[in-house]
Amino acid sequence: MSSVPWILGAIVVLLAGGWIMRLAGQKLTGNKPFFRDMPLAVAFGYVLGAALVLFGIWFYFQPAVTQDGVPVASVQFFRWAVQGVLIGAAAAYLFRLVGRVVGTAGSRKVFRQMPLTAAFGVLVILIYAFLAIFAPALAPHGQEQVFGQANIVPGGNPALGGNPDFPLGTDQIGRDILSRLIYGAQNTVGIAFATTVLAFVLGGTFGFLAATLRGWMDQALSRLVDVLMAIPSLIFSLLLITVASAWVSGFGLTVAMVVIIAVIDSTRVFRLARAVGMNIVVMDYIEAAKLRGEGLPYLIFREILPNATAPLLAEFGLRFCFVFLTISALSFLGLGIQPPLADWGTMVKDLSAFINYASFAPLAASVPLLAAGAIALLTVAVNFVVDWMLNRSSGLKD
Amino acid sequence: MNPVIKIILQRLALGLLTLFIVSIVIFTAVNMLPGDFAEAILGQGATPEAVAAIRRDLGLDQDPVTRYLQWLAGALQGDLGNSFAQANFASFVGDDSGVRTSVAQQIAPRFANTMFLAGVTAAIAVPFAVTLGVLAALYRNSVFDKVANVSTLTSISSPEFFLAYVLILFLAVLNPLLPSLSNIYADMGFGERLQKTLLPALTLTLVVTAHMMRMTRAAIINLLASPYIEMARLKGIKPMRVIVHHALPNALAPIINVIALNLAYLITGVVVVEVVFVYPGIGQLFVDSVKIRDIPVVQACCLIFAAAYILLNLTADILSILSNPRLRHPK
Repeated sequence: MSSVPWILGAIVVLLAGGWIMRLAGQKLTGNKPFFRDMPLAVAFGYVLGAALVLFGIWFYFQPAVTQDGVPVASVQFFRWAVQGVLIGAAAAYLFRLVGRVVGTAGSRKVFRQMPLTAAFGVLVILIYAFLAIFAPALAPHGQEQVFGQANIVPGGNPALGGNPDFPLGTDQIGRDILSRLIYGAQNTVGIAFATTVLAFVLGGTFGFLAATLRGWMDQALSRLVDVLMAIPSLIFSLLLITVASAWVSGFGLTVAMVVIIAVIDSTRVFRLARAVGMNIVVMDYIEAAKLRGEGLPYLIFREILPNATAPLLAEFGLRFCFVFLTISALSFLGLGIQPPLADWGTMVKDLSAFINYASFAPLAASVPLLAAGAIALLTVAVNFVVDWMLNRSSGLKD
Repeated sequence: MNPVIKIILQRLALGLLTLFIVSIVIFTAVNMLPGDFAEAILGQGATPEAVAAIRRDLGLDQDPVTRYLQWLAGALQGDLGNSFAQANFASFVGDDSGVRTSVAQQIAPRFANTMFLAGVTAAIAVPFAVTLGVLAALYRNSVFDKVANVSTLTSISSPEFFLAYVLILFLAVLNPLLPSLSNIYADMGFGERLQKTLLPALTLTLVVTAHMMRMTRAAIINLLASPYIEMARLKGIKPMRVIVHHALPNALAPIINVIALNLAYLITGVVVVEVVFVYPGIGQLFVDSVKIRDIPVVQACCLIFAAAYILLNLTADILSILSNPRLRHPK
């Protein structure tokens, strides 16, 4: 543990720096309250933050390649990360700026109040939707197309073992990685979306049914949901997929997985739909509709559903994230979306060994992280948007 | 009887009942499998005699209710049956005596490993999350609060394997500080074991911290508008002391609740992380058994996961009852 004295020394230096910074601030500003009431810990925090930013800038401008032409991987990865964050922030800022000028009065108002994170989230979701819808037109090759050469290095530089036809290289059996990443948007996101919709149709219908009918129906459904929710969802879906894999394989197993996850997730939707429905069925207009002699389907879909859309929509975003992450995790374990469909979780699993080559081939190591990052980026984006919406409606403030 | 004890006993009974029903669900799900393991391992050329022999050997020829009761009775005594894969191997060799490992023997060391991983994670994550939450509440709406908010939101919404590979990239490959493979043996020293467990534990910490930190922050901020906090402020107490001594004790109930729920979440998160780091825990055994359809092991792992999950949820329930004075001293 030779690093301990260094860390302790750094803390002492930073504390001294904080103390000097505070003193200088008090002297220069004529003892303004901001500096006068500043505890040493806060001054330490400011100096630590400044030191980290300075170190980051210094590290960013280190040479990414040594004089012998060997890449310095840590600098390279740091640059990519910083560039990614900066480009994302700039794009979100521009997107918000455009949104504030273009569009109807209502949409301009929404954009004016939007924090940068939420703008970033909306932008990313739009890009993913675009990629997913136009994947066949955008991808340079087919997702199942196998080329002669496997494991082509990304970068497209023939001198380093790349190929300009395959900018991100090919995988272990010679499929174009870029095309599979683009198709992954269609498959992974599309399947997760379909699963979430199915879960909402199931959970919503039964939840409203339980709220409207009450009695033994409500009891039976609620107790069933209690039991299903007592088993951790990933474990339960793995168990059911084991069972399903005895009957079906390949594409059939993917469909089975969709149904299994939809059923397991519909239990959470059921709880919410039932709770929301309970509050609606006691309203006078429901009573009026019942007296008019309307049937059960009319009550559920024309009276209750329209009044329960708002809470269900917010839940839809969060549920989508959970489903998306569950499906990715299952695919990563080799039990989710089955080949030959291109899917991000499976790609991470297949390409993960490349990470060990990071120190001498940063480009090759970045490919599995790209697939995993594609999953992370979408869930982060959806979470940013949902977080903003929840904050706007609940207003958690001091 | 004391009403609190009564409530707790009720919850315990309910938990046991849930566990019992869950065991029925697990057993039924597994027994919906068409054909059985005997046919599966012998393949298409199986003679009826061989199939019958293996069935008798594994006890597959009895009716489901008998098998369920036998399984349950065994599980209660710590006997979870014999692994199909191991049994198959033993009869294949022709030496059927003493070679086969029971599921319990297979699971016990791995269960201990998983508990160790979860323990290390909790030891890092809980103090870290609560400190971060208190600081975020103290310096709310500052740059620090916003950075903490965005970064924890990012880490909670990333898939576990993404966080795991990013940590491997930076802490194991580029800067070889920690090993990226957690190969743990039985007779390993505590220090070395801790070192090999640190990377998976850090990954899980990133996954569970966000929720606990946000809950701590929200619970404290919710209380800051109360009159007694106002009073403490007007007395001239320092902001840090107001939060730690006056607000935090009253915010403990939701915080403890969310900690227990997150520890329950660890149970599922552990599966993916163990696979990434090849950590010899129960999650990895579960995934491997799912792939080769080794029913007794899958059943046993499911039951253990479900039991841990129910137990932690029950703990959350009971602790939130105990920490609520209105429930402890009802009118």
